[in-house]
Amino acid sequence: MDPVDLEIAKTQEERKKMEAALAPDSITFDTELYDGNNRFQGYNREIPANDDEENADAMNNEVARKLASFTAPKSLLNDMPRGGDDDSLGFKKSQKIIDREDDYRRRRLNQVISPERHDAFASGDKTPKPETRTYADVMREAALKREKEETLKAIARKKKEEEENKAAGKDKEAIAAPPSQKRRNRWDQSQDDAGAKKSKTGSDWDMPDSTPGIGRWDATPTPGRIGDATPSMSKKNRWDETPTPGRLADSDATPAGGGVTPGATPAGMAWDATPKLSGLATPTPKRQRSRWDETPATMGSATPGGATPAAAYTPGVTPVGGVELATPTPGAVNLRGAITPEQYNLLRWEKDIEDRNRPLTDEELDTMFPQEGYKILEPPANYVPIRTPARKLLATPTPLGTPLYAIPEENRGQQFDVPKEMPGGLPFMKPEDYQYFGALLNEEDEEELSPDEQKERKIMKLLLKVKNGTPPQRKTALRQLTDKAREFGAGPLFNRILPLLMQPTLEDQERHLLVKVIDRVLYKLDELVRPYVHKILVVIEPLLIDEDYYARVEGREIISNLSKAAGLATMIAAMRPDIDNIDEYVRNTTARAFSVVASALGIPALLPFLKAVCQSKKSWQARHTGIKIVQQIAILIGCAVLPHLRSLVEIIEHGLNDENQKVRTITALSLAALAEAAAPYGIESFDSVLKPLWKVGVPDIVARIVEDLKDESEPYRRMVMETIEKVVENLGASDIDSRLEELLIDVVMKQCQEEQLMGHLGVVLYEYLGEEYPELLEMLKAHKKGIRRATVNTFGYIAKAIGPQDVLATLLNNLKVQERQNRVCTTVAIAIVAETCSPFTVLPALMNEYRVPELNVQNGVLKSLSFLFEYIGEMGKDYIYAVTPLLEDALMDRDLVHRQTAASAVKHMALGVAGLGCEDALVHLLNYVWPNIFETSPHVINAVMEAIEGMRVALGAAVVLNYCLQGLFHPARKVREVYWKIYNSLYIGAQDALVAAYPVLEDEGDNVYSRPELTMFI
Amino acid sequence: MQASDRFNINSQLEHLQAKYVGTGHADMSRFEWAVNIQRDSYASYVGHYPMLAYFAIAENESIGRERYNFMQKMLLPCGLPPEREDD
Repeated sequence: MDPVDLEIAKTQEERKKMEAALAPDSITFDTELYDGNNRFQGYNREIPANDDEENADAMNNEVARKLASFTAPKSLLNDMPRGGDDDSLGFKKSQKIIDREDDYRRRRLNQVISPERHDAFASGDKTPKPETRTYADVMREAALKREKEETLKAIARKKKEEEENKAAGKDKEAIAAPPSQKRRNRWDQSQDDAGAKKSKTGSDWDMPDSTPGIGRWDATPTPGRIGDATPSMSKKNRWDETPTPGRLADSDATPAGGGVTPGATPAGMAWDATPKLSGLATPTPKRQRSRWDETPATMGSATPGGATPAAAYTPGVTPVGGVELATPTPGAVNLRGAITPEQYNLLRWEKDIEDRNRPLTDEELDTMFPQEGYKILEPPANYVPIRTPARKLLATPTPLGTPLYAIPEENRGQQFDVPKEMPGGLPFMKPEDYQYFGALLNEEDEEELSPDEQKERKIMKLLLKVKNGTPPQRKTALRQLTDKAREFGAGPLFNRILPLLMQPTLEDQERHLLVKVIDRVLYKLDELVRPYVHKILVVIEPLLIDEDYYARVEGREIISNLSKAAGLATMIAAMRPDIDNIDEYVRNTTARAFSVVASALGIPALLPFLKAVCQSKKSWQARHTGIKIVQQIAILIGCAVLPHLRSLVEIIEHGLNDENQKVRTITALSLAALAEAAAPYGIESFDSVLKPLWKVGVPDIVARIVEDLKDESEPYRRMVMETIEKVVENLGASDIDSRLEELLIDVVMKQCQEEQLMGHLGVVLYEYLGEEYPELLEMLKAHKKGIRRATVNTFGYIAKAIGPQDVLATLLNNLKVQERQNRVCTTVAIAIVAETCSPFTVLPALMNEYRVPELNVQNGVLKSLSFLFEYIGEMGKDYIYAVTPLLEDALMDRDLVHRQTAASAVKHMALGVAGLGCEDALVHLLNYVWPNIFETSPHVINAVMEAIEGMRVALGAAVVLNYCLQGLFHPARKVREVYWKIYNSLYIGAQDALVAAYPVLEDEGDNVYSRPELTMFI
Repeated sequence: MQASDRFNINSQLEHLQAKYVGTGHADMSRFEWAVNIQRDSYASYVGHYPMLAYFAIAENESIGRERYNFMQKMLLPCGLPPEREDD
């Protein structure tokens, strides 16, 4: 036997022994000694992080409050503690763009940054090389995609039919329901599983990394395969993949699949609520209908009320536009619905780790180990390799599931917690940046790199500085990027910048900076940008539907500059394939982008193209998008459409008679947008559209729309009703026949019943308003400022409606709760009630509450008083004497927070009644405030100083100076310091006023201190 | 002062105040304060025209002269500074 073999045998023997010794059942605990009880029970496990926990209330006064309006103080509205954020940022809202996006907007991440395209201008008459993507290639791909979609849809329909037939056959056996299929995009679902299922349902051919389980479509020699082979597809990450309806098709085919109703999707799904929603949504029988061509009316009914998707997606941009456009592409619904940002990160992370931990190949191992002294052994029979080590790393180890301790493999590429020192003064990299800038960490000698690599490195460095650097770094980097843009070349630049913009964890500020880079670079690159137009559009177009106004403006600016740089022909060539894209998201953003192009290059230039698109025979999507472009143009450029109004109307008018209802609807909306933009001029341009309406009679119109009165959507019903009313008003009701009348009345009766119900509901609600109040309080913590403002208003309305008594009782009770946030909100609410219902309705009860010997309650009362006096301003003069005794008491209280809050109440009071003759009370209060000047707690001293400042305003600087004089030359330095501080703020606030009040100083030797001028008189 | 207090608004306040001419501090002498008072007073007289007019009538001088005098007095309003005791 080989000595190596012997040694191996020995080692294996030893190993077995060790394993036996370590086996879990060989370790037993002495249960008497370590009985189940935890001996640390009852101990405090945590040490409070800071000592001024009990000062928590004091925190609230930190920010200066200014009275901006008669609502809640701004600072408070901003400062209101809010829940929900679990990251270390505390109450700071997440800055990431993705966190505020809805599902629809998040679909931007599905888009692929397409490869460069052929620039026909640059190459002149030369035939493009076969590997360059020309316009024709792109168009072909788009057509294939569409065809694939159609085919899959047909297949799905057929399968469903088959299934139904089958189901009808074995109805009885169906009781044992088949196990529902798990959702496809679960990252923790093992690949094999998914593969097996996929091969069963057979639509994996749209997956770039598809497993050997070949579905039958694969055998079909569809030209779609070519599309798959293009680099654009292979670039996709598996989890990130564009959800093509193929996926839907197979979930459709499974009996209890995905379970998301098509209509119930994007609008309703807040990102934080999604996983549950989509998981629980019950599959309705309806969902099996082919839905991508579903009519908007049904869509509307699926999302009743104001929840129509479009309204939620594009607030402010197009309030009317594109209601029907929000039809989600089915595939996207199923896939994207449930993914939260956390999952995105997790997935990203997992992929990253998997990359680094991919199994070593035999060749790699061969090169790593010496050739001699080693022998390659057969793996044990029971050995199953873990193909995705990340899964192993991420999975929580179960106590019994992992019998042995596995020595973790050394992993050289691993980034540990300590961030690497950045070479060459580069700014700090966030973990997610490693993916893009990791190469900068390799400390290679730059000299050895090829010029291209050096260039790339330089670009990366500059970009990192722009993204993460300090403002000066950023500025220089930006300038360098701009100056050297042509030297770097469009390709390397955009290949670096654009992926950064697709980063899922991008923050607003970062995006802003990167977009700025693109903007600057565009100017320099000019026509060199042509091959990259589509790439840029993919990342910039989402900005056009961003909820942030400035993002939208930025997006428009970039696209407008881009179109000026690249020229109309290139823009059209780049965007034409997207016009009839199967994904509605793409069409929507493309339409918007086109409108920007139109405004940049002039409408006349675009008119022929628009005309062609709007009359496309090939697909309704193209017509739809074309007409939507017109709508967007109208919205974007407003009255500037006037010169082209007639041609625009003529281009789209035939859409009113389109066979597709969506096209008809968008045409109507576009016409409305045009009319709105042109108003009050240009009615004659609409003649061709409006004429047919003057011919028709009342019955015709009413008969057509009367059925719509039964529509589920309330706003729609109202609209229909108004229309009928107007029609009847204008043209008279005589033409309506009895059948129609009956129908109309029937509908109206039904509506009226509902109205009655609503009225009843109103009464009930009114009665419960008092009880609604505390719940409403929670809303003061809302993230959105608008909500908080609305809540404040609502408090006012409710209190006004039902009177302050009941409300106040609830609120005062609320002061006793332990939760601080709640108490703060309550105090605001009390002050609001006081403001709306006059202070005298609230003050007695409030002051009475101060008698409750409870810290929280008393502080709450004081805080309410503080807010109250802030709100009511000079109205306070009538109440100042009433509350003075209470404040006296509070300013003498042992509790610091009492004195602090009382001091801030005094401040607001003083500022409110300045010049209204309440000096006596104020001097009295100042006497109580003054001893607190030696406090050291920052919040308290701040409040006291502000109270004194308030007194300066109300009583005059001279009075406060007199308080000051006693301590300016006090023997104790500590005292002097405080007094000088007060003196200084007095001096800065009212220097001139002090001149008359300075004390008379005795002259000293040669020094004359007296001011004889002041004694002069005539 | 605690480390945490060093950067809060209250500690900055003194620094902020010190930027203004005429503010004081705990180590200020009677003379320094008096100089500030005098200068403030003269500045105030010069700044309020009715005051200047009043003084001009009382002293039987022109308003311009009064203004000039006050400005001159601002230079060393209290005479030379006294010898510091600790020097």
